[in-house]
Amino acid sequence: MNAQTPAPNDYDALPDANGRFGDYGGRYVAETLMPLVLDLEQQYEATKADPSFQAELDGYLTHYVGRPSPLYFAERLTQHHGGARIFFKREELNHTGAHKINNCMGQILLAMRMGKTRIIAETGAGQHGVATATVCARFGLPCVVYMGAVDVERQKPNVFRMNLLGAEVRPVTSGAATLKDAMNEALRDWVTNVSDTYYLIGTAAGPHPYPAMVRDFQSVIGKETREQMLAAEGKLPDAVIACVGGGSNAIGAFHPFLNDASVRLVGVEATGHGMMTDKHAASLTGGRPGVLHGNKTYLLQDADGQILDAHSISAGLDYPGIGPEHSFLYDVKRAEYVGCTDEEALDAFKLCAELEGIIPALESAHAIARVGELAREVGEDGTVVLILSGRGDKDIFTVAKALGRTI
Amino acid sequence: MSRLETRFAKLKGEGRAAFVAYVMGGDPGPEISLEILRGLPGAGADIIELGLPFSDPMAEGPPIQKAAQRALLAGTKLRDVLGLAAVFRKDDNETPIVLMGYLNPILSMGFELFAAEAGAAGIDGLIVVDCPYEEGDSLTDALDANGISLIRLVTPTTDDARLKLVAHRTSGFVYYVSVAGVTGVKEANAADVAPAVERVRKATGLPVAVGFGVKTPQRAAEVARVADAVVVGSALVDIIAESKDPVREVLASAKALGDAVRAARK
Repeated sequence: MNAQTPAPNDYDALPDANGRFGDYGGRYVAETLMPLVLDLEQQYEATKADPSFQAELDGYLTHYVGRPSPLYFAERLTQHHGGARIFFKREELNHTGAHKINNCMGQILLAMRMGKTRIIAETGAGQHGVATATVCARFGLPCVVYMGAVDVERQKPNVFRMNLLGAEVRPVTSGAATLKDAMNEALRDWVTNVSDTYYLIGTAAGPHPYPAMVRDFQSVIGKETREQMLAAEGKLPDAVIACVGGGSNAIGAFHPFLNDASVRLVGVEATGHGMMTDKHAASLTGGRPGVLHGNKTYLLQDADGQILDAHSISAGLDYPGIGPEHSFLYDVKRAEYVGCTDEEALDAFKLCAELEGIIPALESAHAIARVGELAREVGEDGTVVLILSGRGDKDIFTVAKALGRTI
Repeated sequence: MSRLETRFAKLKGEGRAAFVAYVMGGDPGPEISLEILRGLPGAGADIIELGLPFSDPMAEGPPIQKAAQRALLAGTKLRDVLGLAAVFRKDDNETPIVLMGYLNPILSMGFELFAAEAGAAGIDGLIVVDCPYEEGDSLTDALDANGISLIRLVTPTTDDARLKLVAHRTSGFVYYVSVAGVTGVKEANAADVAPAVERVRKATGLPVAVGFGVKTPQRAAEVARVADAVVVGSALVDIIAESKDPVREVLASAKALGDAVRAARK
């Protein structure tokens, strides 16, 4: 913890010109890639300010993705827990079944404006890979998705989906063969194919401008939530809760509320088998600051600075780092970060299916597991918004296995 | 003069390029790694580049990725690599040693502490793959205080304007990455290397080493005709992966490369 970091008066002013959120972020990439990330930053800044880009993106978000996503009062879950009324922000109803496509749509439109002709991506659970393959199919660009061989095995339906969409899925066998290794391999591809290739990063991490850009594209979640809560309740929610792996759905939900001090922001990290074991993915509560994948942020690492393998039942949270803005929000205490074990996530997965008729992604189930306590803390007069970041169809095999069932 | 300056001045007098041999520190284990290290100058290495193993080497191709894994599996820590260098230095106070690695283990140790211990171990230079000049000031300060050169990578994507900025706090030599890619995969195109080296030399005034994509004695000789130093790494560490007698075979291969570099301009 860096107690010296002051809380800024305006969170919208971050990152600074060097891509820093306080001490976090930056651009820690090989020299070959530096000119590319600097160019991307310039092009992104110019494109963001172009009204025709926003209009184009909004059009696709409305007609292709299906936005705005509904804000739904989870009545039975509210009754079950007692306390604040719980609302779900239904990102799982987006095309491709998760929040990931918000970012993919923004980035692919940018990539095309930059004249890039080949798209690469990394994926953990496969949700970002599917979303990337989807937009590549839609716009006719070749797509290569790097995916850890372990994840290829545990997320077979998503691998098949990506193939159906015309993407090439390259299994990565180095390291622990999960998300961090897929990201290494994507970076190796990018450094090898510098002229035609656009690296479409799926989470709010990586070298600047990715953390800011992915956050901006995902901020549609928080902006809509804000408007929908004001329309439905006449006031802002008392708390917003979301799961965090790299943290893109959470930062997208949190960011439009950062300057509203009354809104509690709660991120839920995956604590896997528990924080007393070495099988977890809680970078903030179990890690310390370091540099990986282009940014300075909290990382799971050993005493010698070697990166440790993360563990979570949810492939999408199985990453030893977290986006740099979350590291900053953690240090300045603007957001709170709590944990949820594999077992608690499984219970929440079942609870949500049974009470609300919604099968959540295992990632989102981590937030569902912590929403009851939060609702009781906020109290009956208040409201809590839970970001239901993805649907759980992709997880049924994992869950069946964990429950000892064969399907 | 630093060991690097002395070495480059001497080779300039001899009218030839330096042969830089890269091996991963602690690969495949501490004893063999030390034996290889000690044998390299005799086999013809003018400068030794010593890899710092890292769990996530983003710029490396499979040979050096695997070398890092072997070293880490053998329990190699950052301080163990400094220890290898310190033992080497007891018998050899002339051959420059340049460390090459990734930022996080160095950051984890702390820049000041790392620089002090590396200086004491007789380290002459440091290359950090994932620390562009924009992020490098505090590390460079710590290295300067201990007489260690921060050696910057320059690549085909580095334009002239950027080249000047990159070279600003570089000392010892500049490392030209001759291919856009990871180590040990693509082969450098000798025809492209000459003008690139000239461009870097003009902008920096420092010796220019060329690496990433030099595998064979023939290619090393071609590069040695135009560059001030030739780095070979993946081809050497690949031998460790497969050989039953890695010390002998790595040194034999280093000798062939060193001989080729020495004969290149004759």
